[in-house]
Amino acid sequence: MIKFENISFGYNDHKVLDGVSFDIPDGESRVIMGPSGSGKSTILRLILGLDCPWSGKIFIDGLNICGMKLRDMQKIRKQIAMVFQDGALFDSMTVGENVGFYLLEYSDKKGSEIEDEVREMLHFVDLDPDIIDTLPEELSGGMRRRVAVARALLSTNPRLMLFDEPTTGLDPQATENVLNLMIKLREVKNISVIIVTHQIADALKLTSKYIVIRKGLVVFDGNIDQLRDCDSSEMSDFLAPFKKSIVEVVNKKIV
Amino acid sequence: MKSVLYGRFKRFIYEIDQLTRFSVKMFLSMFGRPIYVSETMEQLYLVGVGSLFLVVLTGIFVGQGMALQLNNEMAEMGSKFYLGRIMAISIIREIGPILTGLMVAARVAAGITAEIGSMKSSHQLDAMVAFGIDPIRKLAAPRLIALMVMVPVLTIICDIIAILGGWFIAIVVANITSATYFSMVLDRLTFGNIFMGVLKPVVFAYVIAFISCYKGFTTSGGTKGVGRSTNESVMISSVVILIVNFVLTRVVWSLLKGSL
Repeated sequence: MIKFENISFGYNDHKVLDGVSFDIPDGESRVIMGPSGSGKSTILRLILGLDCPWSGKIFIDGLNICGMKLRDMQKIRKQIAMVFQDGALFDSMTVGENVGFYLLEYSDKKGSEIEDEVREMLHFVDLDPDIIDTLPEELSGGMRRRVAVARALLSTNPRLMLFDEPTTGLDPQATENVLNLMIKLREVKNISVIIVTHQIADALKLTSKYIVIRKGLVVFDGNIDQLRDCDSSEMSDFLAPFKKSIVEVVNKKIV
Repeated sequence: MKSVLYGRFKRFIYEIDQLTRFSVKMFLSMFGRPIYVSETMEQLYLVGVGSLFLVVLTGIFVGQGMALQLNNEMAEMGSKFYLGRIMAISIIREIGPILTGLMVAARVAAGITAEIGSMKSSHQLDAMVAFGIDPIRKLAAPRLIALMVMVPVLTIICDIIAILGGWFIAIVVANITSATYFSMVLDRLTFGNIFMGVLKPVVFAYVIAFISCYKGFTTSGGTKGVGRSTNESVMISSVVILIVNFVLTRVVWSLLKGSL
């Protein structure tokens, strides 16, 4: 379970999160939405311990990770994987070296065994295993994200995956592929996902529970029905262009 | 006004704290596990072989230029037979280490900062941390080891080439015999001179590695930020090398006065 308790954080003197609190129970997925610069990606970085909050507490499975020792934090990181915006692939390494990065660093497995696992994982994320010797710069945006998912899966064997803007900058076909992959992760591997996006249309396809962040504050935390009925002034202008999509999703669910 | 000054002072203390922590962490990363052997070998090649041509070229022309200048002055004073002695002292103690340090700083520091900086701006460093890998150990330690091994080696090569450049001028222009020139050179190959000539490049190597890595790891502001950090890295490394050179000269001079 992930619990944010009154978290405040910023960069230099600029406050990004101002007293954010929410819970995500074990096994549940969430989409964190909000306009650009509202502090969504910062939440993912805080969950992974890449940044430390100015104040407040973050609990993962009941343990406060703020100020936690590196060794203990590494144990938590083994269960949580993150797919960064645009993949954050190591651009001087091939796709195979990227996906097998963790195994090459830490395991005693032979090269051929690692290659087999890499090929298998590339197949799982619906990529041609023959791109193993390709450099990341030769891949499309959608392929890079799927390689990043493969790398995360092979590295940490996670029970939770964090996605930072997974569909930003992708064409409709690539967006569909990445969304399907995230659904597949939940259904086949039983991995919960926390997705940060400002593209509400995509968010509606992924899960039925949402957190909306605006100006560093949680302005909504609830399900699709509550989202449809939400009439707060802070939400209306942000949700207005998507009201029709939200109603469609709710109706589809009822049918 | 008072609060602005206090804010700046706090920022300054914070920067010093960060610099010190990074420096200590980077130094300790050389001794811990895992040891990245292939990365270290790659860096040894990039720093050593990559800078060799530049260092040889610099050494030969600076050695010849110096010998020409000194020969003119010393001939007027009737002491041109001491050319080898002056060449050995100035090259081993000062010119060799400084030139090599500056050349390596210009060539290698820019590359290190640009590489690590672009990894930072594309979140590759965050990805490493997320996988439980210490980026300082993985990226900074191999570069630090490579520089600390290769800068002294390149300095010795630069010294030899510059002295040989001086020898060419000695026999062609100054009409000094090879035996005279080299006996004067050997006369100044004392423990103190060699110690100073090797200590300086080791310290310069740490300066280059520390500044270039720190600038890379603290890059912000996207591609523009990478360019800015790269420029600053070369500029600061070069200036710090010159300052450290003076301090080391003063310290070693006072410690080993008898052996110099």
